[in-house]
Amino acid sequence: MIECTINGETVRLDADPDMPLLWALRDLAGLSGTKFGCGIGLCGACTVHVGGRATRSCITPLKDVAGADITTIEGLDADGAHPLQQAWRELQVPQCGYCQSGQIMQAAALLKDIPAPTDEDIDAVMTGNLCRCMTYPRIRGAIRDAAAAIKEASANG
Amino acid sequence: MLKRILATVLVLAVVVIGGFAVYAWHGELAPMNASERPDFDAATIEKGRVLAAAGYCATCHTAEGGEPYAGNYPVVSDFGTIYASNITPDPDTGIGAWSPQAFRRALHEGVDREGRHLFPALPYDHFTKLSDQDVDALYAYLMSEVKPVKQKTRDNTLPFPLNLRFLQAGWKLLFVDFGRYQPDPDKSDAWNRGAYLAEGISHCGACHTPRNALGAEKGGQRYQGAVIDTWTAPALTSRNPSAMRWTAADLTQYLKDGADAYHGVAAGPMGPVVHAGIAELPDQDLHALGVYFADITRDGDSAPLPDPDYSSVQASIEAGKPDPAWRLDNGERLYTSACAACHYNDRADNLQPTRPDLGINSATRLDDPANLIHVILDGIPAQAGNQGVVMPAFRSALSDQQIAAIAAYLRATRTDLPAWPDLPARVGELRAHVGTH
Repeated sequence: MIECTINGETVRLDADPDMPLLWALRDLAGLSGTKFGCGIGLCGACTVHVGGRATRSCITPLKDVAGADITTIEGLDADGAHPLQQAWRELQVPQCGYCQSGQIMQAAALLKDIPAPTDEDIDAVMTGNLCRCMTYPRIRGAIRDAAAAIKEASANG
Repeated sequence: MLKRILATVLVLAVVVIGGFAVYAWHGELAPMNASERPDFDAATIEKGRVLAAAGYCATCHTAEGGEPYAGNYPVVSDFGTIYASNITPDPDTGIGAWSPQAFRRALHEGVDREGRHLFPALPYDHFTKLSDQDVDALYAYLMSEVKPVKQKTRDNTLPFPLNLRFLQAGWKLLFVDFGRYQPDPDKSDAWNRGAYLAEGISHCGACHTPRNALGAEKGGQRYQGAVIDTWTAPALTSRNPSAMRWTAADLTQYLKDGADAYHGVAAGPMGPVVHAGIAELPDQDLHALGVYFADITRDGDSAPLPDPDYSSVQASIEAGKPDPAWRLDNGERLYTSACAACHYNDRADNLQPTRPDLGINSATRLDDPANLIHVILDGIPAQAGNQGVVMPAFRSALSDQQIAAIAAYLRATRTDLPAWPDLPARVGELRAHVGTH
């Protein structure tokens, strides 16, 4: 039995400790916003936050997140209105959309560590998140817009 | 005065045209029924079969998917397309009504039984060198072993006036040196045999010697290479670009097997030359061709050959070995995809404990790469390291080679420490190790 917090709720998961976190999220917790892509941590589609850090859930065993605080795309913002999600809608970033929850979760972690990223910073951090539809220029643009929006909000706040 | 000039011009014109007409004109040779043909012994027929192979007769005289020797293979030239004749023993559409004399005249002079000039798509400029006995052997083979096929030869697409056959006499006058092969007494028997085969039945120059504007082989540029159907028939002289010198033994091997380790394989138009043809020759003939062309490739230089110089081969092999930089480049690509999302930092004064910079990390700087490899293999659980934060386990995601590549890349680019030896093996050991931590 593994206990952890998912999107603010404490859950107890009766599962094989070696089960990948992604399986547990989708099949046990019913949170299907996080996607399965390559299964080897090299495409970024399965990115969630563990302890606030962007983490590839497909290669993270459940036993490793015992006691940890996990956030999925469903929990990033209660209203789906994180500045990144707003910028994503504004620029109509997704095409097929499959990689986008992973992209947004990775970008959210990026903006926490590097609040005003250069394009170089964005490329370095986001390169592990692949987009089959090649929406990279709009992903980059939305991250810049979200960074500006967060900065403006904090200045006004 | 004007009358006399006109008269002189007229007389000269009559003489020239008349002379050309006499040169150009050939009479019809009497048809011969199959029953009138001489008897052929088995050895002659077999000799003819081998010669027909060495001349690739079937290659040009057989259409794709067609009956052997029944013709209509398109010989495409700059002047138009000529369809190869039906040379099966069919009396109406093939050469079944030809006597041995008619067949000799066709190969030696380029004139068919009816007395019409043949186009030099038939390389009679080479076949003229064949001995009478060899031509008769070819005749014996074609008449005995080839199934008669009734198939009319298609008309050529040569434009006027190139399609006028009597004008071919002018081409012959200009470009063909008629007559049987004359041995060179200064050369060996093997050389002369090779020359006889190469210049005659195998007509090597037809592809390997460049042609002039009228389609004749350029006498001054023998074997200097030419383009055949967009393939290059390489120069067989000292202009040959091979890194390794062609020896007689190499050439013999190549013509026998269609491949030679130091030069390559017979492909494109050369494929059938070997495999539908020349390889049928007995070993001593292939040896003779090797001797002959080894001499041609040296432009006749007869000084003893130095030992083979393998340095260019060794250099090529070295150049093909995996570049040591490959592992680093591969490591960089893998690091960018698998690691940088969490381990990249923008500024030295903004380092996050949860975003460890791996260049200054002890794991990258220890003499033993084990710590770094352990962490890549199995990650770091929420209970260790930064509490509540995990690093995923790449054990089932990355191979030993890939983990080694990442480790080598970090060591080489982030530190000035010596490279870790035998990294893939070390990753393998640690992957297999069942630890307690």
